[in-house]
Amino acid sequence: MELVWVVLILPLLGALINGLLGRRLPKRAVSGVACGSVGVAFLFAVNALLDLLRLPEHERVFTQTLFDWIVSDGLAAKFSLLLDPLSAVMLLVVTGVGFLIHVYSVGYMGEDRDYSRYFSWLNLFTFSMLLLVLADNFLLLFVGWELVGLCSYLLIGFWFTKPSAASAAKKAFVVTRVGDFGFMIGLFLLFATFGTFDYLNIFEEAPQVLAYGGALATAITLLLFAGAVGKSAQIPLYVWLPDAMEGPTPVSALIHAATMVTAGVYMIARTHVLYELAPLSMAVVAAIGVATAFFAATMALVNNDIKRVLAYSTISQLGYMFLATGVGAYAAGMFHLVSHAFMKALLFLSAGSVMHALGGEETDMRRMGGLRAKLPYTSTVFLLGSLGLSGIPPLVGFFSKDLILEETFLSGNTTLWLVGLAAAVLTAFYMLRSHFLTFYGKPRYDEAKVHPHESPPVMLWPLFALAALTVFGGVLWISFLNFAPFEEFLKPVFEGGLLAEEEAHPAAALSTGTLLLLSVLAAGLGIFVAWLVYIRGITVSEGLRRAFRPLYTLLYNKYYVDELYTALFVVPGRKLAEFLAGAFDQGLLNGIVNGIGRIIDALGGALSRVESGYIRAYAAWMLAGALIILIYLYLR
Amino acid sequence: MSVPILNYLVLSAVLFSIGALGVLIRRNALILFMSIELMLNAVNLAFIAFARQWGDVAGQVIVFFVLVVAAAEVVVGLAIIVNIFRTKETVDIDEIDLLRG
Repeated sequence: MELVWVVLILPLLGALINGLLGRRLPKRAVSGVACGSVGVAFLFAVNALLDLLRLPEHERVFTQTLFDWIVSDGLAAKFSLLLDPLSAVMLLVVTGVGFLIHVYSVGYMGEDRDYSRYFSWLNLFTFSMLLLVLADNFLLLFVGWELVGLCSYLLIGFWFTKPSAASAAKKAFVVTRVGDFGFMIGLFLLFATFGTFDYLNIFEEAPQVLAYGGALATAITLLLFAGAVGKSAQIPLYVWLPDAMEGPTPVSALIHAATMVTAGVYMIARTHVLYELAPLSMAVVAAIGVATAFFAATMALVNNDIKRVLAYSTISQLGYMFLATGVGAYAAGMFHLVSHAFMKALLFLSAGSVMHALGGEETDMRRMGGLRAKLPYTSTVFLLGSLGLSGIPPLVGFFSKDLILEETFLSGNTTLWLVGLAAAVLTAFYMLRSHFLTFYGKPRYDEAKVHPHESPPVMLWPLFALAALTVFGGVLWISFLNFAPFEEFLKPVFEGGLLAEEEAHPAAALSTGTLLLLSVLAAGLGIFVAWLVYIRGITVSEGLRRAFRPLYTLLYNKYYVDELYTALFVVPGRKLAEFLAGAFDQGLLNGIVNGIGRIIDALGGALSRVESGYIRAYAAWMLAGALIILIYLYLR
Repeated sequence: MSVPILNYLVLSAVLFSIGALGVLIRRNALILFMSIELMLNAVNLAFIAFARQWGDVAGQVIVFFVLVVAAAEVVVGLAIIVNIFRTKETVDIDEIDLLRG
């Protein structure tokens, strides 16, 4: 356990080696350093987990101070790491899934000119994410928080010569910054209240310092949540995530599905002590979560870009996680985080495999189709991912999603539960829709030019590993058999939480079994409709088609939210910038500066007459001066 | 019989004024230098007079300093004038106005 710092430092070393020397190293060495550092970090993480498991349940908190970071009067921050069950789970996800994605990237990015730059940034991201997860105080968390944002920016804009990628990177950075603004104010408030940034101190003192449901607790938690909304792409700051798909596909898998975007969920789970003091904030988290889950799912229904469908799906699934944390089911939220990391990494990487097969960056599903025979492995694992995300047993997604819906229902929020259930139907529909569009039907790509081929083994093996995790991950928490090692493991962290024991809701209107059946039925319904439409190809009557046309247009244009934001923020912002750059800067400020210059110039011109250049004139001035001084001395 | 100090001082003042006037109205650099020397020596005279009046050798010591500095100054000054003459072929200080603003 003392070696937990190694987990953190290895990817940083990898990033440094590849970043500084990568251009001179052979590709083999670059991939070796990149994958090796994360792979070994994973082994150390497993070791840390095993160490943790050897301890008695309630002593599983380990802090390690590496060095004093900020030492000043009134503010002391240490660079120290916190290893507890919660960070151990995140550690394993980040290094484990991260390792698989690194390996996959070796194949996917093999032809790229900037091979070493890619891996250097990917390693830097892994380091940043680990820092975020392992931090034992809010300040260090914030450093990791911003570093992952930076890496996200760099990797979205990896192909920065493409204007769309460059502007997507900018958009991601700016939009998350809006949330980070709130996050920062939240941190200031925390510090002003507690005088420290340490998790353990704050969580210990919080119940005494903050009044239950008080304004301060609500303000702090809502501001922190604002940061999570930005980073985890929730309403209203989700708009950057679909555009972030401009980056390389493994990046979408690692950063924009499995790890970084879940930082918000992790942060709330980490600070649940504070949230529990602010029931209003919890309600807001749950409401925004479920609204996002539904809203994003509707947009995924009609999108034709395979990566964007997955992006909206990610937003929607993140919504589920927030829903879970909002109703106090932190363990369920974390479990969905883990299971979503498996499934969505799998889906993104399979999508990348499809794009690879079609010879590049083809993401439009209207130009795919019929790929099942050509890509048997990819097709199978994509199907597994889709079914998992839809919530079909016994895949891991079934357990985690059902758990969230169940906990939501048990918490008494029937409305939230209904919306979540509706979103589950949509999820099943859009996932299977993209599967059918991509792998079934007639080929719609240019068969004369494109010859799809299955990906090389280096890309397939990570897919198989993730598929295995998707299939068997449910073992971690089989809710209806009361077998839940995952929950047991996290229990010390979330103890005393609102997540009341099931016995606390004896009056639940529906039994667990019924809820289970309902969520499977919801998934089945979505799949059935997708099958009807895209495999059977049922024809819809003209009237119905016309009735749904406006809705389709609305969804297809993503509710015009981007246009709305453009009109509300971008255009006025641009106008303001133009005003500041033109009238204000060029006119006023420049005018003042130039005016001062002109005055000095005129003064100098006038004074330069004195400098006649005649030595005798100078001598006369000196004499006159001396005389004046003499007269003064005489008269005094 | 000793000459009263006033006489020395008046002579010193007259010599100084002649020197200053020379600096102000003459255009030949060499004459200018001679005028400056005149001013310095006028001051020297005043120093000597005061030294005798107060019986303090400090005044005489200062005169030695002035003489040494004046000698050094003349060396440098004449070197400059020679150089200027070589480039501008004149020692008329009104022609030398490189410092005009």
